[in-house]
Amino acid sequence: MKKTLVGLALLALAGGPALAQKKPASKAKTPAKKTATAGVPAASLLQGKSIYTQYCLTCHQADGGGVDGLNPPLTKTDYVLGDKTRLVRVLLNGLQGVDINGEPYNNVMPSQDYLNDQQMADVLTFVRNSFGNKASAVKASEVKAVRVANKK
Amino acid sequence: MKNALSRGLLLSTAIVGSLSLYSLTTKVAVVTADADNAGLKLPAGFGALVVAETGARARHLAVTPQGNIYVKLNRPNKEGKGILVLHEGPTGKATITGGFGSYGGTGVYANAGYLYATSDEEVFRYKLNSKGEVTNPTQPEKIVTGLINRHQHESKSITLDKEGNIYVNIGAYSNSCQVKDRQKGSLGMPNCPILDSAGGIWQFRADKLNQTYGTGTRYATGLRNVVGLDWNSQTNQLYVMQHGRDQLHDIFPELYDTKQSAELPAECLYALKKGDNAGWPYMYYDNTQHKRMMAPEYGGDGKKVSPGNYIEPAAAYPAHTAPNALLFYTGTMFPEKYRNGAFIAFHGSWNRAPEPQKGYYVVFQPFKDGKPSGDWEVFADNFAGSSEKVATGRADHKPCGLAQGADGSLYVSDDKKGTIYRIVYNKK
Repeated sequence: MKKTLVGLALLALAGGPALAQKKPASKAKTPAKKTATAGVPAASLLQGKSIYTQYCLTCHQADGGGVDGLNPPLTKTDYVLGDKTRLVRVLLNGLQGVDINGEPYNNVMPSQDYLNDQQMADVLTFVRNSFGNKASAVKASEVKAVRVANKK
Repeated sequence: MKNALSRGLLLSTAIVGSLSLYSLTTKVAVVTADADNAGLKLPAGFGALVVAETGARARHLAVTPQGNIYVKLNRPNKEGKGILVLHEGPTGKATITGGFGSYGGTGVYANAGYLYATSDEEVFRYKLNSKGEVTNPTQPEKIVTGLINRHQHESKSITLDKEGNIYVNIGAYSNSCQVKDRQKGSLGMPNCPILDSAGGIWQFRADKLNQTYGTGTRYATGLRNVVGLDWNSQTNQLYVMQHGRDQLHDIFPELYDTKQSAELPAECLYALKKGDNAGWPYMYYDNTQHKRMMAPEYGGDGKKVSPGNYIEPAAAYPAHTAPNALLFYTGTMFPEKYRNGAFIAFHGSWNRAPEPQKGYYVVFQPFKDGKPSGDWEVFADNFAGSSEKVATGRADHKPCGLAQGADGSLYVSDDKKGTIYRIVYNKK
């Protein structure tokens, strides 16, 4: 995991000026505010929740538990808690027909690539720290790096 | 609780058709409802028992007159069996006696000496002997092959008519035939190409091998996904329950708010004739306006009525509640009002979020002279376990299949925990 992070960070640095993200106003107003989860910015969680409610909740449900046979759960799954690159790719490319913890999920998840890097980082940070999940935050720079690599 | 049925005379129509519930022979079987009616809420006079806990995703089921129950599993179990065989004891409790079929799927149907079962691409036929046992479990006849399965709406549900035809649902591998499926704002593909090979009911012969699209007939089209279907022998007609389209708000947030998206469109019962078109993906049925509306993917705005020569639903039910089984009741155990009416198993919704979820019940739709007559009612409720579990969609059980026993009992399968229920009428 650490290696991946370092790799991503390097990629992000290499990205240079292109990294200058437009940040939501609320984020600018509450810099460096932390929640109980170490290293997870409260503003990101707040923005992430709003994005989740707007774009994700119908399928993944208010409790993040998904729907049997159709929409994957976001709890207790390596897809959410594990490799961030794979997780970002799911948002960028969509997903269908995977088995998670031995159960099939057949509904179509469309690409969410209309979300900008910060929005993706926020919603993934929210998901990784909600519904009983606890995992490190996703940074906009990390999303950016995966998006660039994804296009190649 | 005195639904005695004689095993020895079970095949006799005189007994099967009889409401005389007292013992006629010395070998009497008494089917007893569980003290808690298997956790279900039922109308007065009805009881229910847990026939078996299969612990598997039990989709549809078939019951033979000899008390053999065939349960189709969504995917093969640990032993690699996709169809479970259960045999009932005298009190109605069954034990799993075996399994066969190495494929997952939904459809299973017993009829006149044969058991039919489906994977998500094929239809198989097995021979049943006089004991209602499958004689060729490893060598079924493959009667239909090569049906499209793109994982979405993949269930191939089946029913048969009285003339040796089998009807197979081939669900559309799409929500609303958008260029990009379920993508916000993506419009519908012109002249929806999915309908060539899916989004309808196909008719095949029940006794011919290796039929494909080329040898079958597209019996009806414009049906997004049908999981529950049954032949009505009173009207000699096929009836189907369509799963209506999802996500009006997610895809067109400027046209539909979350409340409208939760209540639209209705889940529809259709009475089909050969050649009918129910209108998917070009329209959906609005149950509050009682109108066929133009789909937003095809120019609709929530107000425009759909043009086109599409059939009217025979009845309509709350949106997104997922009707997974339809059964016309032809038994005599239940009171007169239920005869020739329809039972519908609603699997339960997910697409009503953030509004509370709904369904997870078996509905009764009264019929008169072959047509829906009067309001539907919830017949068997509380599969979910509580109203909170309904609202959150975290149901304990999800009703998925229906079958009628020889004595007129109603069987229900559950694909959440795999419980097999049997509902009986107690009053004399």
